Amino acid sequence: MREVAAQFENPALLFSGGKDSIVMVHLAMKAFWPQKLPFTLLHIDTGHNFSETLEFRDTLVKKLDARLIVAYVQDSIDQGRAVEETGYNASRNTLQTITLLDAIEKHKFDALLGGGRRDEEKARAKERFFSHRDEFGQWDPKNQRPELWNHFNGKMKMGEHFRVFPLSNWTEMDVWQYIFQDNIEIPSLYFTHKRKAFFRDGVWLAWAPFMKLKSTEKVVEKDFRCRTIGDITCTGLYKSRADNLLDIIKEIAATRITERGTRFDDKRSEAAMEDRKKEGYF
Amino acid sequence: MMNKQNMTDTTFNSEAYLNMQLLRFTTAGSVDDGKSTLIGRLLYDSKSIFEDQLEAVERDSIRRGNEQINLALLTDGLRAEREQGITIDVAYRYFATPKRKFIIADTPGHIQYTRNMVTGASTANLAIILIDARNGVLEQTIRHTYIASLLRIPHLIICVNKMDLMDYREEVYNQIQDDFNTRIREKLHLEDVRFIPISALKGDNVVNPSNRMSSWYKGTTLLNLLETIDITSDRDKINPRFPIQYVIRPISEKYPDYRGYAGRVAGGIFNVGDTVTILPNHNTSRIAGIDRYTESLKTTQVTQSVTLRLEDDIDISRGDMIVHSDNLPQESNEFDLMICWFDHKPMNPKGKYIIRHTTKEARCIIREVFYKLDINTLEQNHDDLQMEMNDIGQIRIKTTQPLFIDSYKQNRITGSLILIDEATNATLAAGMIL
Repeated sequence: MREVAAQFENPALLFSGGKDSIVMVHLAMKAFWPQKLPFTLLHIDTGHNFSETLEFRDTLVKKLDARLIVAYVQDSIDQGRAVEETGYNASRNTLQTITLLDAIEKHKFDALLGGGRRDEEKARAKERFFSHRDEFGQWDPKNQRPELWNHFNGKMKMGEHFRVFPLSNWTEMDVWQYIFQDNIEIPSLYFTHKRKAFFRDGVWLAWAPFMKLKSTEKVVEKDFRCRTIGDITCTGLYKSRADNLLDIIKEIAATRITERGTRFDDKRSEAAMEDRKKEGYF
Repeated sequence: MMNKQNMTDTTFNSEAYLNMQLLRFTTAGSVDDGKSTLIGRLLYDSKSIFEDQLEAVERDSIRRGNEQINLALLTDGLRAEREQGITIDVAYRYFATPKRKFIIADTPGHIQYTRNMVTGASTANLAIILIDARNGVLEQTIRHTYIASLLRIPHLIICVNKMDLMDYREEVYNQIQDDFNTRIREKLHLEDVRFIPISALKGDNVVNPSNRMSSWYKGTTLLNLLETIDITSDRDKINPRFPIQYVIRPISEKYPDYRGYAGRVAGGIFNVGDTVTILPNHNTSRIAGIDRYTESLKTTQVTQSVTLRLEDDIDISRGDMIVHSDNLPQESNEFDLMICWFDHKPMNPKGKYIIRHTTKEARCIIREVFYKLDINTLEQNHDDLQMEMNDIGQIRIKTTQPLFIDSYKQNRITGSLILIDEATNATLAAGMIL
C-alpha cells in the first residue's frame, strides 16, 4: 500500500463493502497512521446492493473522514454505454467493468487497489501484485511483467493504469483470522440472519423484487449468512447459524466448498473469471 | 484453505494459526516430470481441496477422456494452459496444515520459461526439484538446480518421481542420487539438499508414507519435511538495513510535527536508542521511536513493516536508507552482478536502463558483459556475449547515483535489483549483486 502511495499520483482503493475491501481500508489506515488515507475510495454501485452494505460503507467513510466516489452502473445503462442483461440470470455484475473503466478515465486514476486474492479463483492465481492494464483497461495474462523479490515496477504510459492486489497471498482463512485479531467491524450480513431466498443451480440466492423467478422456484425464509458479498444477483448465501467471528472461523475451517463456490458469477463457465478479468474486471 | 481433518473439531486455535510459520516453496521440473500432479497430490492428500474444485476437475477430466482424476488440472489456471496441458506462467497455490502455512509458486519447466522459475524462486525458502526416475539427471535438472542456487534458495528437496514406473527399486533411486551429487552438487554451492523417492500419481511418500518402499527408504515424507524443515535462519538477521519507502507527515492538528519514515526492515534488528546513519547524506541520529500503527515498539526486525522516528530533524526522503552507524552497506555506483535476461529484445551491451533497487530508482549503463553461462553444462561462454531471453550472465553496470548495496549472498533484499526498459517500462532483467 505504501508502495502504491509512493509510486502513483492518483491512486484509488476499490471499495465494495465486502470483507476483503474492509480489511484493505483497515490495512491502509494502519500503514499511514497517523496520516489520513492517501487514497480515494471508489465504489462501483450496481444498484442491486444489499442495503446493509451501503449503510456500512457510509458509516465507515464518515468515521475515517475519507473521500468516496460512487460510480453507478445505472448511469452507464442510461448513457447507453451498457446494456442490461435479460432473462432469469440477468446480472449487472459484468456491466460493472464498463462503469469501472469509465470512472478510471473520468477521475484519471493511475492505480486501483483491489482486495482480490490468488486463492479465490484459478485466473486470479496468476495475477501479479502490480498488474498492468493498457489504455483499454485490459489485462494480458500471457504478457505480464515478471515480479521478483519485492521490487514492484509501477511504470506506465499516459492513459494506462495499474491494479494492485496487496492481499494476493492471503487466503480466506487469513482474512477471517485478521478480522478476528484486529477486531475489525464488518457488515451484519456476514453473520447469521433470517432472509428470504430461493435455490437455483446449487446456490441459494437472496430474493429481491427485481429478481425473476422460474415457475419451479419458491422463496423461503431461512437462517443464512454471506461468505462473500457482492451484487445481490450473484452473491450466494450460506446456510449458517454462525453469529460471531469464532463460529465463522470454525465454519470456514470445516467447509468443503470454496468461497467462490457460492458465487453465481463464476459458474457461467470454466474460464468465466479469466474472460472478465481480461476485459478489465476487478 | 485448511486441513479439514484436523480443523473440524472445536479446538480450532486462532492464536496458533496467527503465529504459524509460513514456508514458500517453488517446484521445478520439465513438462512430463509430473509437477502439477505432485502439487495436486499434496493438496488432495492433505485435504486442502474443496468439493466444488474437485467436482470441476472431475468434470474436466472426463471431458478430456482422462481415465483417473487428473490432479494436474487443479493447478493449471489459464485457459491456454488447460487447452495445451502445460503451465505457462507462475501460479500460486495456498494450503495449510496444523503445523505450517504454505505458498507454492508453481513454475513451468520449459527452457523458454526460465524467467518464470527465476521469478518463483526469488521469494522461496525452498525448492522442490523433480526428477523422472525413468530418465534420471538431465540437463534441465542441472538448469533447475543452478537457478535455485543462483537465487540462493536455502533448502532443496530432490524428489525422484514416478518410482511406480521403476517398480520402486532402490538401486534406481541410489543411482540418481549419486549422479546428482557428482554432476551437480559438487559444482554448485548447495547448502541443504535432501532426497525423497516418490510417486505423485500413486501418492507414495508425498503426504502418506509408502509401504512399497518402506523396506529400503527410512526417511520422511515430502509433506513432513515441508512442515518441519528449519527456516528461521533464512533471512539476514545481522546487518540492519531500512530502505525508506514513504515519509509520513500528517501535518494535522493532533500531529503537527509528526515525521515518520515508513518501510520494511530489509535486514537485522533496530532498537529504540540505536545510533543510525542515513544514506546517502551520512547524517547520524538516534531512533526515537518505532511505530506500528498506534503501537510503540522497542525493537523491530527483518521483514516487519514499521515506521521509524528519529531524534533529529533531517531531510530524508524515499530511496534513502537508515542503517546502523557501525555497519554500513557498500556505497557504489559501479559494481558486478549476475543477471537473468527476461525480455524478447536482447540486452544492448552499451544500453541504458532504469534500475530499481530497494525503494530507490536510478538509471544505469551496461559497462561490460563478462560471460554468459550455459546453464545446461555450467560452462562460461566468453565469446558469445549477446544476452537474450532466459540467458544468465555476469555483467558490470554503472549507475547515475550510488546505491547502498550488499552482496546477494548476504542479503536477498539489498543484494537484488531489477532492470526496466526506459521506453516500454517492461521489467527486463533480474540482477543479483556479487
